[in-house]
Amino acid sequence: MYKVEINNVSKSFGQLNTLDDVSLELKENQFVTILGPSGSGKSTLFNIISGLLIPDKGEVLIESEVYTGRTGRVSYMHQKDLLLPWKNILENVCLPLNLKGYSIKEAKIKALNYFKLFGLEGFEKNYPNQLSGGMRQRASLLRTYLFSNDIMLLDEPFGGLDAITKRTMQQWLLEVFEDLKASILFITHDIDEAIFLSDKVYVLSERPASVKAEFEVNIARPRSLDTFTCKEFNEMKKDILDLL
Amino acid sequence: MKKSGSIENKLIPISFFTILIFIWELVARLELVPAYILPGPIRIIKTLFMNLPVLKEHIIVTSLEAIAGFVISAIFAIAICLLMDSITIVKKAIYPLIIVSQTIPIITIAPLFAIWFGFGYLPKVVIVVLVCFFPITISLLEGLSSVDEDLLNLIKSMGANKIQTYKMVKLPAAMPSFFSGLKIAGTYSIMGATIGEWVGGKRGLGVYMLRVKHSFATDKVFATIIVITLLSILLLKVIGIIERKSMPWIYKQELENTEEYK
Repeated sequence: MYKVEINNVSKSFGQLNTLDDVSLELKENQFVTILGPSGSGKSTLFNIISGLLIPDKGEVLIESEVYTGRTGRVSYMHQKDLLLPWKNILENVCLPLNLKGYSIKEAKIKALNYFKLFGLEGFEKNYPNQLSGGMRQRASLLRTYLFSNDIMLLDEPFGGLDAITKRTMQQWLLEVFEDLKASILFITHDIDEAIFLSDKVYVLSERPASVKAEFEVNIARPRSLDTFTCKEFNEMKKDILDLL
Repeated sequence: MKKSGSIENKLIPISFFTILIFIWELVARLELVPAYILPGPIRIIKTLFMNLPVLKEHIIVTSLEAIAGFVISAIFAIAICLLMDSITIVKKAIYPLIIVSQTIPIITIAPLFAIWFGFGYLPKVVIVVLVCFFPITISLLEGLSSVDEDLLNLIKSMGANKIQTYKMVKLPAAMPSFFSGLKIAGTYSIMGATIGEWVGGKRGLGVYMLRVKHSFATDKVFATIIVITLLSILLLKVIGIIERKSMPWIYKQELENTEEYK
């Protein structure tokens, strides 16, 4: 059974064809990346999966159930951290729990369990603007995880970070991914990032976006910095580059 | 570096201001201008303190009118803004009306309120409400509509309903802009009350001002102007304190920054 299935989804905004017959699948505990040029409609696809947008054609299945146009099932993390500046980090990550009906105290107890894993220990009472970009993204990821811990949509979460922080965050995400038992759909336009993190990569074409090719990444986990220079990595990178 | 810079920033305007006051005092002392036209600053301050017992009653009346009007106005503004922001058709109907209403100079309709509401406190409060309403409404409305669309989508994707969206995102996000509106309204409120009192009444700084004007006690007119100015500043400060208390996330960041500069 697939966690998420997108079947023949098309979407246009007025004259602008954004998605053209896109289909993809995400299995349980899988890390799947959607790789495509900027402005190719990747975020539109995520908006459709999360239920914020309704596709013109096609359907979204989550655990074999039709979820087209229904919000509140999968969690969605944006390139911007989108933390609320008026709430401290603990209150921020508790937000989805509060919306789900947890009491403030229960939510805090649940959230605090994860602060160490997410490298946020000691910063519970800080406001977002007192934290570095990397920490804010980790807090944002924790909030995403607490909302829906089985299916997470990550939309270029490291896109706004500098190269060094980005590399550290990628490694950290891989480590956390082993612990979290989540299924992740990940958007990026960075080929290295796509191969390094994923089990499977979908390559999208330019607008209107359609699936150009899919690659299974058979590089053993756990992966490390050496992965970036190994043979399989470079071969796959070459294949993808040829395609784009 | 930064510290000496900030001292310089304060020192220059203060010394310039002192020089101006000094020239003013000199002009008065040398009797270049007669005292009933321009009394010197020292004389004005003396008059102010000597008249304080009389002024006290008027200060209280004017302040109460201003504060009452200000609070009522803020409550109205919040209610209207929430309506306009959540229901598009209400915004389309009311918003142009609010903008157009601002072209009517309030001072020209003040006599009308005297006819309708008499010479008690009510017409003054109504004027203050009208004067304060516009800046609060416009700034709050702008604050509510300037919330990051992605943030709203995020909280929507988490299944938040309309009330939760306002409580958790929209209202806090609109706070800074709301407070800048409150500050403008605060300075207007004392002025509004004074204008209301000019049209007619028994007590208040506006009434007192007219009375001393008729007897050509120019030093007392100046003393009243100082009192009105100080009241406006005081109100501004109070709003500023409330602002800091209600937005600790901005205040905390400031603290952090000043520590960094040390």
